Amino acid sequence: MTGSSLFVPLTVGLAFGVALERAGLGSARKLIGQFTLTDFTVFKVMFSAIVTAMLGSFWLGRLGLIDLSAVYVPETYVLPQAIGGLVFGIGFVVSGLCPGTSCVAAASGRIDGLAVVGGIFVGILGTGLAFPSIQSFYDSTSRGTWLLPDVFHLSYGAAVLVIVLIALGGFRLVEYLECRP
Amino acid sequence: MTAGSEPARYADPYLAGVGLGLVLLASYVVAGRGLGASGAFASAAGGLVQAVSPAYAAANGYFSRYVGPGVSVWQDWLVLEIIGACFGGWLSARLAGRVRWEAERGADVTIPARLMFAVLGGAAMGIGAVLARGCTSGQALTGGALLSVGSWIFMLTAFAGAYALSPLIRGAWR
Repeated sequence: MTGSSLFVPLTVGLAFGVALERAGLGSARKLIGQFTLTDFTVFKVMFSAIVTAMLGSFWLGRLGLIDLSAVYVPETYVLPQAIGGLVFGIGFVVSGLCPGTSCVAAASGRIDGLAVVGGIFVGILGTGLAFPSIQSFYDSTSRGTWLLPDVFHLSYGAAVLVIVLIALGGFRLVEYLECRP
Repeated sequence: MTAGSEPARYADPYLAGVGLGLVLLASYVVAGRGLGASGAFASAAGGLVQAVSPAYAAANGYFSRYVGPGVSVWQDWLVLEIIGACFGGWLSARLAGRVRWEAERGADVTIPARLMFAVLGGAAMGIGAVLARGCTSGQALTGGALLSVGSWIFMLTAFAGAYALSPLIRGAWR
């Protein structure tokens, strides 16, 4: 393996870990605030990040500085992702952390983070071992690379604008909810 | 961290979010892919299965996506990225005086109970991440910013699942 192919993922990961920790997302108590409606850091960080990366990739592509088609877009499998999301969300609120943030929590000394890391490993290992019996569901409702603009019959730029507006509305809403007495 | 000094405050969430978004954008540009976390666990699990039985790993429809002859878990992009993220998380916490051995939990929750819920919740996330082909990083952030329909479905149902159960855990975090 060459030096640069080690360097890129390690550096991207380092910056990823720093960003999550700085935001406070290595703390289960902070993440839980999202679901008890007391601290909306998760929503604010997630949607600022999505809007930033979405606008950045859109404009870099539009200006011809990057080839957006060369970036891997996760493919859609409607039902497995809907059910997977539901199960994931339940696990998220029970554990208080998600996979990336559990690593940061563990790295900053939190043993509950380490326990979440262990739980994720066991969950993935067990599901992988049971894979033959769930594979038909796993592969069901495949839609390939499917984008929001296709669903809503919008141009890519219009879909970007709608998401920006929804995010800005969401930020106003959570600021209001946090300021409630 | 010197004794008695207060840990630094966390960053402004919007600023931290923009920083996280720039990391994600840089990953698209430099590596042609976004961030991830659960995929690193899948590679590690595949590596364990491969070490125990290479023939079983090759025959398993899930693990064979992650491991195979001549493929080292330690060369996997997401495994390296997560190793970087652990180091970055530690470094950032260290510089802010936030590294501390503790089990973060509500006042009335014992450490064994907290750890049990952490493992159970983690295992549920593992199951969900396999089905969804990613987690908050690989689907919600990475696919969300690229407008993937499946990623937005995942994001919506994950929040729905979490909010549906949240009344039951509210008391545990007091």
